[in-house]
Amino acid sequence: MQIQPLWLRITHWLNAFAVLIMVTSGWQIYNASPIFRSIVFPSAITLGGWLGGALQWHFAAMWLLVANFIVYVAMNVFTGRLRRRMFPLSIRSIVTDAFAALRGKLGHDDLTHYNAVQKFAYLAVIVDIVIVILSGLAVWKSVQFPLLRTLMGGYDEARVVHFFGMSFLVAFFVVHVVMVALVPRSLVMMIRGR
Amino acid sequence: MSLKLFKSRPDAELIIKDAAKELKAPARRLFGKRILSLGGLAMLSGCNITDDKSINAMLRRISSFNDDVQALLFDPARLAPTYPESMITRPFPFNAFYDIDEVPEVDPSTYKLEIGGLVKGKRVWTLDELHAMPQESQVTRHICIEGWSAIGKWGGVRFAHVLARAGADTSAKYVAFHCADNYSTSIDMPTALHAQTLLTLTYDGQILPPKYGFPMKLRMPTKLGYKNPKHIVAITVTNDYPGGYWENQGYNWFGGS
Repeated sequence: MQIQPLWLRITHWLNAFAVLIMVTSGWQIYNASPIFRSIVFPSAITLGGWLGGALQWHFAAMWLLVANFIVYVAMNVFTGRLRRRMFPLSIRSIVTDAFAALRGKLGHDDLTHYNAVQKFAYLAVIVDIVIVILSGLAVWKSVQFPLLRTLMGGYDEARVVHFFGMSFLVAFFVVHVVMVALVPRSLVMMIRGR
Repeated sequence: MSLKLFKSRPDAELIIKDAAKELKAPARRLFGKRILSLGGLAMLSGCNITDDKSINAMLRRISSFNDDVQALLFDPARLAPTYPESMITRPFPFNAFYDIDEVPEVDPSTYKLEIGGLVKGKRVWTLDELHAMPQESQVTRHICIEGWSAIGKWGGVRFAHVLARAGADTSAKYVAFHCADNYSTSIDMPTALHAQTLLTLTYDGQILPPKYGFPMKLRMPTKLGYKNPKHIVAITVTNDYPGGYWENQGYNWFGGS
């Protein structure tokens, strides 16, 4: 039985690839004019070589990120996977599972079933990618999308939203990779489907 | 014990299955390692990827595709936001591809603006002639490609009026600018004709100081900073892609906001 269907595995890895390019090129762009003086990204972990190169990568990979994300969300909704695997979800179950996880009592024996913390994290990162895309659009086209600009609080503020959206995405990535390292079978499943 | 195991066929099958799995495991592990090292390689060779010719060509193609997308997104009737004078950024930052002590000095008494290419009207302009035209001013946000922004107040002549007086062919694709500091850039015709695109002669009510582009700066709040040329000496209306100083190095050509 396929636990992770093919469309999910393809969109997952394309998303991982797009996010890697967006984040590393985004760091290079950020460095050209840091929002927070104390936060600068070492050039060894940035992509593009210089501002112009990084912008080319960023504005190329954005198409992959957005197109792939639309397919991912649409397939999740239409196949019923989103409803089946992410719900029901309650705040109480998140708290209960979070405490269980901290005590090391949360099992990962059944990978077909997401625990409440997992469900919450996956849903949160989906919402975060929406925020990252919309704030990015507001930074890129602040004049052409006045509603989006207002929603973000203005041009400068859209950059801040974009930065924190990136920060959450990177934090998710770190925890996600640590969890995969703890439960390597989940990696096999995201590659083979079983 | 072992004898018992091998007695029944299902057990034997299971053992063979397990053994086969064990055999596959190293291959699987190797695959995992390769995935990791492939990612590692991609990370480490970040600068090499950037130097690769075919990848660079692909990135430039996508950038020019993004020019087309931005031309579609550009609404000629949509105005960039304007701000009260109290919001003007003071001091307004100086920004160029050189230091402030290298700002070109243009002599206003000998200065002449040339408008060439696909034009049928007035080709040579003096500063006085531009000052004699109807002036307007606007307080808008200058957005730099680096990410920072600053609000300033520019005043001058609507560029569409200048193009009309010059008898420019407004069905042409591009308007190119050549500057006293050897800077160059070019813009699309719809933006050139936009109501907020001004050929500015003043900054904050004063004659444009050298650091902000004396004798004139084309100000477009619908485009990023590097698309707004300073110290303009020649303007060309053309259908041949003119490029620009930063654009030729890889900045996106349309550079819209």
